Amino acid sequence: MRYNRLALYGLLGIAAIMILSPVFIMISTSLKSMDEIRNGSIFTLPADPGFAAWGKAWFGDCAKTLGDTCGGLSSSFMTSVKIVIPALFLSVGLGAITGYALAAWKMKGANVMFAALLVGMFIPPQVTLYPLIIMIRELGIFGTIPGLILVHVIWGVAFTTMMFRNFFKTVPEDLLKAARIDGAGFWPLFWHVMLPLSLPILGVAMILQFTYIWNDFLLGLTFGGRAGQPMTVALNNLVGSQFGEKEYNVDMAATMLTALPTLAVYLLSGRMFVRGIAAGAVKG
Amino acid sequence: MPDPAQDVLHYSATPQDAHQKGRRRWRPQWTARMALIPAMAITIFCFYGFIIWTFVISLTRSRLLPVYKFTGFDQYGRLFANERWWTAMQNLAIHGFLFIGGCIVFGYLLAILIDRGVKAEGLFRTVFMLPLSMSFIVTGVIWQWVMNPGLGLQEAVRALGWAGFEFNWIVRPDRSIYTLAIAGIWQQVGLCMALFLAGLRNIDPNIWKAARVDGIPVWRVYLHIITPMMRTVFFTVFILMSAIVMKAFDLVVALTGGGPGFSSDLPARFVVDHILNRQELGLGAAGAFVLLCTVIAVIAPYIYFELQKERSGRGH
Repeated sequence: MRYNRLALYGLLGIAAIMILSPVFIMISTSLKSMDEIRNGSIFTLPADPGFAAWGKAWFGDCAKTLGDTCGGLSSSFMTSVKIVIPALFLSVGLGAITGYALAAWKMKGANVMFAALLVGMFIPPQVTLYPLIIMIRELGIFGTIPGLILVHVIWGVAFTTMMFRNFFKTVPEDLLKAARIDGAGFWPLFWHVMLPLSLPILGVAMILQFTYIWNDFLLGLTFGGRAGQPMTVALNNLVGSQFGEKEYNVDMAATMLTALPTLAVYLLSGRMFVRGIAAGAVKG
Repeated sequence: MPDPAQDVLHYSATPQDAHQKGRRRWRPQWTARMALIPAMAITIFCFYGFIIWTFVISLTRSRLLPVYKFTGFDQYGRLFANERWWTAMQNLAIHGFLFIGGCIVFGYLLAILIDRGVKAEGLFRTVFMLPLSMSFIVTGVIWQWVMNPGLGLQEAVRALGWAGFEFNWIVRPDRSIYTLAIAGIWQQVGLCMALFLAGLRNIDPNIWKAARVDGIPVWRVYLHIITPMMRTVFFTVFILMSAIVMKAFDLVVALTGGGPGFSSDLPARFVVDHILNRQELGLGAAGAFVLLCTVIAVIAPYIYFELQKERSGRGH
């Protein structure tokens, strides 16, 4: 029996090492100099850890670029922040209101509409990409941050609605009836009863939407243009550019910087992330 | 706002009155309907309307811009005669099989290991799900570096003394597609583990008691009793992973860029490339529509199953 336990922990330990080693390699590479990378192995710890590559990844390398910007990730980080925060609140807010209306107000066709919305979660974004480009262009916000915010709200609403609708469906009918007999209308019932009840699911939806929007690549690539380039797109450009000698330490530092916000949210939120990711996994 | 007492005094059953009374009583219902308008507009126009629009474009000979000169199903003919498309579809099958299979096998094994009752369960779970918080782009860039043939894993293992070690799949046209599965499984295995673990925790503990009384070895209980009971979880995991595979775009772009050549191309990338870069809008739209049909073929049973579940749940 003891050997069984040992084997159990052994296997779990091996699995944990396999999952963590790419992350370890990313961090340790980012702290090395290019000389050390060329002469050493990816598994070794940095002999003289330094943040020079991080600085280069964040501020750019002004000796290398010709334009007026130095090509660091700092500006695209700000772009990502400016996209994520409004898109997060708008998509979660719209999802909360829609989910509440669908669940708490018995309307004809509510289930049909919910099913139609759910199916929308499975649609690959490629299928509606070009018409969406035309729409955003006609609105005059193509290649801008508001354009990307709108696109993220459109793509996020199915997921957030599903989260809130399924949660509000579990609220006891009697509670809603009592509130309605007291004369609570649509908005008072939402603000004073349902929204306070939904705080846990609100947290889950916020965390997941933050992760999805921050991690998005396709929408940023398509709708961002040059002005609205989010961090994932900038990272891909940085790593993919064939400009001069490849600096793997800068690439890894940039990768780490791009991953940090969602990594931090994950480590701080723990179980909430786990709860939401299962529900939202169908989303692309 | 009319005085309620007056309302009672002057009550008469004129249609207008009834209408007014009705409106007052149903006002919150109307607000609820209004509140649904934005989501409804998105669903109708941006989901279904745009799907139809894409389909219409796929019937035209549009190249750089949509031109509504219809050519029937010509674009589909071109698509099915396109070698790159078939490479991408074949890659989708290979990648789908390896990625979904790998996620299910490893995810289930990890879930079983954790379910055996280990200390620090939370720590293991946090570690296994860590890659999920990162984007496919980040995953792709990390693995591109790990699998770098010059300075990555191959060199590191050779430096340890195994001089003949070879792991240069990322630059080999016949192997590059497999690197996608490695990076993909690394990222998504934690999600499968979490779903399987939730399923295992729902199993009636009396089954374990009965199995112990009968002296059935643990592995046989898992194989012959628990696994068949988990079939709905397997089904759900399969669907979720299929949805991820069919949309896979970011990971290919960041890991292999579809290369070398188009050897690791996937349909989702084919479509985006033709719409955004190659000025082959009609062909890209046709590809997108075929991709959608593939998704529907896989997802439809799941949606049906979910709706049945909800319907029967309401019946009781």
